[in-house]
Amino acid sequence: MRTFCVAIGIATAVAWSSPLLAASIPPPGAAACSGCHAAGAVAASPISRLYGRDAGDIMTAMTGFRDGSLPGTVMTRIAKGFSDDELRAIAAWLAAQK
Amino acid sequence: MGINHRMSRREFVGAGAAAVTALAFPLPAFAQAAARVVVIGGGFGGASCARALKQIEPKLQVTLVEPNRTFTACPFSNNVIAGLRSLEEQQFGYDKIAAGGVTVVAQAATAVDAKARTVGLADGTSLAYDRLVLSPGVDLRFEALPGYDEAAAAKMPHAWKAGEQTLLLRKQLEAMDDGGLVVIAAPANPFRCPPGPYERACLIAHYLKTKKPRSKLIILDAKDTFSKQRLFQNAWKELYPGMIEWVSLSQGGKVNSVDPATNTLITDFGNHTAQVANVIPPQRAGRIATIAGATDNTGWCAIDPLTFESKSAPNIHVIGDACIAGSMPKSAFSANSQAKACASAVATLIAGRAPEAPKLINTCYSLAAPGYGFSVAGVYQPKNGLFADVEGAGGVSPADVPRDFRAREADYAQSWFATITAEVFG
Repeated sequence: MRTFCVAIGIATAVAWSSPLLAASIPPPGAAACSGCHAAGAVAASPISRLYGRDAGDIMTAMTGFRDGSLPGTVMTRIAKGFSDDELRAIAAWLAAQK
Repeated sequence: MGINHRMSRREFVGAGAAAVTALAFPLPAFAQAAARVVVIGGGFGGASCARALKQIEPKLQVTLVEPNRTFTACPFSNNVIAGLRSLEEQQFGYDKIAAGGVTVVAQAATAVDAKARTVGLADGTSLAYDRLVLSPGVDLRFEALPGYDEAAAAKMPHAWKAGEQTLLLRKQLEAMDDGGLVVIAAPANPFRCPPGPYERACLIAHYLKTKKPRSKLIILDAKDTFSKQRLFQNAWKELYPGMIEWVSLSQGGKVNSVDPATNTLITDFGNHTAQVANVIPPQRAGRIATIAGATDNTGWCAIDPLTFESKSAPNIHVIGDACIAGSMPKSAFSANSQAKACASAVATLIAGRAPEAPKLINTCYSLAAPGYGFSVAGVYQPKNGLFADVEGAGGVSPADVPRDFRAREADYAQSWFATITAEVFG
């Protein structure tokens, strides 16, 4: 009987838990941004904060860096590593962060 | 309960409670509530990972095992050596990480039983885990360089782990007479912070040029090429003409042994007796990785790049300098980037799902002088079991740019340090 209960417990817990994590898992590449672009408030950083920014603005900047129309130092090199779909997912996730 | 899966009493109680909870009130996340993740190593990799795990799934029981109560960061420690920064500015504590719900255990991990899934601590207690993350950084391979050991390092500092060694090298430079010879011995790949020895040469030269201008610096190298080579060599010519000499492997730069009694570095082509000798020895993954069965015959840890799980030790993930990450360099940025992707993978695996392939970024700044910086960047994705460069992306700062570009990158370097240390420890 005990064994039976445990088996149900495991099955139920797994079944119910599988679709949900408390916070959204960032799309590939997104979590790396906060190494330079502060997630929290950092005083007087010359590097823009991206959390909560408009997704369209982030997308415009990244595609600009990627095609060279927007000058930069390191972002011009990093943006070239991402497709439109990847950038859209990253921009949407960053925009949704507080 | 089959033969294959023996539950501990704790798991049994947990699962029983899950049955009751799930039937009475079907809250979804119980599986995670029971899951325990232990992270060993409180540097840029481990501390980032512990925090990220807790942020992704607050119900995880996350324990960070780190014997030091203060972390001393290596990035920017070359500035300390050059007298441009205090060691205190490199130091961070774990209080905020603990306040965020991570259990911080100030003990050394001395044993890992991958089968029983337990970590043994120096005080004789142990921690059980469902998944273990190792971020042990590097150990110095003293045995790989005849004549060099911990006693020799008190005379010929490596300063490749920030702290007392950093201050020792600083003091030796301060005590040196004008006209003295500084020698840096740089190791073969792979090692922590590939541009580090060359940035160090720049910043020591900056100090010498300012205070002891008749002095010289020689880099004895076990390699024929190095990170950001053209940018460094241009900066040496531009900023420190005649002061820095680089001796490559093929020119006889490999140091075969050292004699700490006379401060001499011995190569196939001759001896160099230095007033200040900075010996950076070969390295390998921190020892706990070997104890856990996660290192291969290279001394580093082979991983599945999708999950960072060890190829030899199940349920053990390895991040940071200790792991074999293909094209990704061993840097604080890489460790932090890997840590967050590893946290996502671990939380996803615990939730019973398959993790998505990660995409990682690295950016490493080097300073050739105050206000003169440049960078290397890369974007990486799993390919053939390793992290490979995304083609067409990444690379180093341009060679021919005005000084204000270098000044901006120097600013960004400072800003990066402030941001990443705030993310990890603040």
